Amino acid sequence: MLALFYIFIAVAVALGIWQVNKLTSYGKVILKNDKNEEVAAIAKLDENPIATEKDNDLHGKLFLIFLIGFYILMGYCLFFLNDIMLPESASIEGENDDNLFLITFVMIGVVQFITQGLLFFFSYKYRGINNRKALFYADSHKLELIWTTIPTIVLTVLIGYGLYTWNDVMDLSDAENPIVIEVYAQQFNWQARYAGADNTLGRGNVRNIKGINTIGIDMTDVNAADDIPVRELHLPKGRKIVFKFRSQDVLHSAYMPHFRAQMNCVPGMVTEFGFTPKFTTEEMRVQSETVRKVDGINKIRKEKGEDPYIFDYLLLCNKICGASHYNMQMKIIVEEEADFYSWLKQQQTITEVIK
Amino acid sequence: MSEHHHKETFVTKYIFSQDHKMISKQFLITGIIMGVIGVLMSMLFRLQIAWPDHSFSIVEAFLGSHQTDGIMDPDMYLALVTIHGTIMVFFVLTAGLSGTFSNLLIPLQIGARDMASGFMNMISYWMFFISSVIMVVSLFVEAGPASAGWTIYPPLSALPQAIPGSGMGMTLWLVSMAIFVASSLIGSLNYIVTILNLRTKGMKMTRLPLTMWAFFITAIIGVVSFPVLLSAALLLIFDRSFGTSFYLSDIFISGEVLHYQGGSPVLFEHLFWFLGHPEVYIVLLPALGITSEVIATNSRKPIFGYRAMIGSIMAIAFLSTIVWGHHMFISGMNPFLGSVFTFTTLLIAIPSAVKAFNLITTLWKGNLQMNPAMLFSIGLVSTFISGGLTGIVLGDSALDINVHDTYFVVAHFHLVMGVSAIYGMFAGVYHWFPKMYGKMMDKTLGYWHFWITAIAAYGVFFPMHFIGLAGLPRRYYSNTAFPLFDDLSNVNIVITLFAILGGASQVIFLVNFFMSIFRGKEAVQNPWKSTTLEWTTPVEGIHGNWPGKTPTVQRWAYDYSKPGYDVDFVPQDVPLKEGEEES
Repeated sequence: MLALFYIFIAVAVALGIWQVNKLTSYGKVILKNDKNEEVAAIAKLDENPIATEKDNDLHGKLFLIFLIGFYILMGYCLFFLNDIMLPESASIEGENDDNLFLITFVMIGVVQFITQGLLFFFSYKYRGINNRKALFYADSHKLELIWTTIPTIVLTVLIGYGLYTWNDVMDLSDAENPIVIEVYAQQFNWQARYAGADNTLGRGNVRNIKGINTIGIDMTDVNAADDIPVRELHLPKGRKIVFKFRSQDVLHSAYMPHFRAQMNCVPGMVTEFGFTPKFTTEEMRVQSETVRKVDGINKIRKEKGEDPYIFDYLLLCNKICGASHYNMQMKIIVEEEADFYSWLKQQQTITEVIK
Repeated sequence: MSEHHHKETFVTKYIFSQDHKMISKQFLITGIIMGVIGVLMSMLFRLQIAWPDHSFSIVEAFLGSHQTDGIMDPDMYLALVTIHGTIMVFFVLTAGLSGTFSNLLIPLQIGARDMASGFMNMISYWMFFISSVIMVVSLFVEAGPASAGWTIYPPLSALPQAIPGSGMGMTLWLVSMAIFVASSLIGSLNYIVTILNLRTKGMKMTRLPLTMWAFFITAIIGVVSFPVLLSAALLLIFDRSFGTSFYLSDIFISGEVLHYQGGSPVLFEHLFWFLGHPEVYIVLLPALGITSEVIATNSRKPIFGYRAMIGSIMAIAFLSTIVWGHHMFISGMNPFLGSVFTFTTLLIAIPSAVKAFNLITTLWKGNLQMNPAMLFSIGLVSTFISGGLTGIVLGDSALDINVHDTYFVVAHFHLVMGVSAIYGMFAGVYHWFPKMYGKMMDKTLGYWHFWITAIAAYGVFFPMHFIGLAGLPRRYYSNTAFPLFDDLSNVNIVITLFAILGGASQVIFLVNFFMSIFRGKEAVQNPWKSTTLEWTTPVEGIHGNWPGKTPTVQRWAYDYSKPGYDVDFVPQDVPLKEGEEES
């Protein structure tokens, strides 16, 4: 691919030479008669600077070609880039999101197809011809009513479905017996804390950070004693998880693309997000869309001589946070509930850690 | 007019000029210089995105101590995207676009001899110039320029411990922007007053060309929202320098707890986006206004739905001030607010759709003259639709959760406000160049410029949506830390190649522009056979604009191909025939 880049540079240079050539042709041309006397000096700029019928014809047709090229680009992106898309939502709440996205995308795809078609087709069809007069057509209340009403109706539907989904995802008050996990962000890594047996997180504040208590848990809070700090996120399949996000320095954003989940981590405040994992990591690895994407990735990695990649859920930072923003990640493992609890049992509580 | 006839020195004519036509050229040239800087930066960081581990001598040459062996530092990458955004949004597309064409066209199209206050107009330009200089100077600060993103969210922008660019670089950024806001306010007030008070006889508000409406409403949005950015910047300066806690609270960094208590970065986000979102329309509306004018003229047809267009501009302007929260769906603000902002945001799609449909209908059964300005205007309508439609995804809070801050957003706003507004600016330059310099730009170069730019723009930003949908976050210095994104690297290379093509093709424009100033063909008075008043002034552009009295306006601005006339345009100062109805 880098070779292509150099070809581009070569093309750019060629373009430059052509430009310079063009510049020199701007100069004056001196005409001489047979006695070798100068008779006239004219600028070689006899070209008409305003579009002629020929120009209209050429560029009208080019617009039509451009339209066809644009349709091909759209089709290519829609169908061939499908392999690189994220697999289906790994959270139950994300399903509505995927549906809404599909509906929205089909709708805007249709509108895009029609309006771009009309725009470029009209540019071709009505390219100027000398001595033809355009239609004097300044207003039509009927047409304007139509294209005010149709978008209004379509958008009302989208707004309705969107708000339903939004409330469904953001409203955590009705979650029954959720598992509460704190996700803690700092430049440039993630930590997490499970609420322990009482399922209530102890208070946290950066002013309590000291030695091994790296996330500032307030040890005077009785709820804090059984909290479990960890460096790797494990989630049980089928249980509602409520995340509480904190940050100790700058804004970060906890982005879990496979679960259609994202929330900013804001210093001085606790933010929330919740979802219910639908597939374990193992299940997701054999899911057909994941397999297709991973195969694609491994083909590229093999060419470069890198180790094959095995799918894992990830937590990424998605708010600019400094030099290593691009490498601030944490692995997420979704497993069956029993496995999750046996893993959790092996982890030390904060009391054990500090002691 | 004799009262305008006084001797001018070089300084009063070219430097401290109070003539709106000269000031508009000053804005344009400064904007072009800033644009070259901004585009060059994007070339550098696109190289980094496509080939993160490859050494480039061009990087070595440009970035000096901010690179090692031809590979830029992560901090410098962030600085480049920050300054690229700042320069393009504010210096090129706000001052360069509005400053140029509001200044040039407002007096000419309403039949005024100059702006309401030529002196304030001059001050506005020179403050813009100073702020440009400060912004460029900030690039050479030892620790690097501001690098917290063009949105400069604190605490990252407030703490030099968090990123080196938040030291002196950020201070200069804030000072530069504060001066910029003042410049913009002075300019906007001048535009509003001029349009309201200095219209010539017969120029009713309902006879104004759509460019005038667009500039007028844009100036109002600017006056309403820019002061809020100024206050946001001032409070940030207080937090940075005087130890206040407007935006900061509970911070532990570099091994120590800072004293800040009780502030919130979310407050900054509200204040920033209260300008930040209207800013999109401050950039876009003038471009749409220019396009409306160019499309009507070159279609030889009246603009379709003149009143609906004005209504749409007003609706967009009003709604633009109550949608800012859609940038903050996942900022931690109350989810109920998210619902409200989703509602208002999707409403704004309606007037936008009306504008797009009206422009397309204007082409229908026209007699299209494919001048370079017309090509760029058609291109604008195309990118405005492509980019606008994906706004429906981003404006829907539920969908925004998963595409927020990914390349989907980058693709969306570049198409809808970046490329569209730049197309509008190009259309304006090609169309009104004869009015600015009395010369014509070269047509063939203009065609090459358009087609290469159009292909490159879609080649860059159309596939970019899809890598965003694949989950790729923006502002990543390198994607190699995530095998998950390995299959996007080829798409990124293609995007970079198109970006280089697009960047290089702007050389054609620069050559054409500067060559034509000196060696272009002499312009005739009304080269595009347009109806508006600016084409009734003499080609050489005199002080006071019209040699005798200012023209009296007799009709609206869009009498193209009107039945009952032999010619296909009737200028605004031609009286109505007996029994003729004004449209």
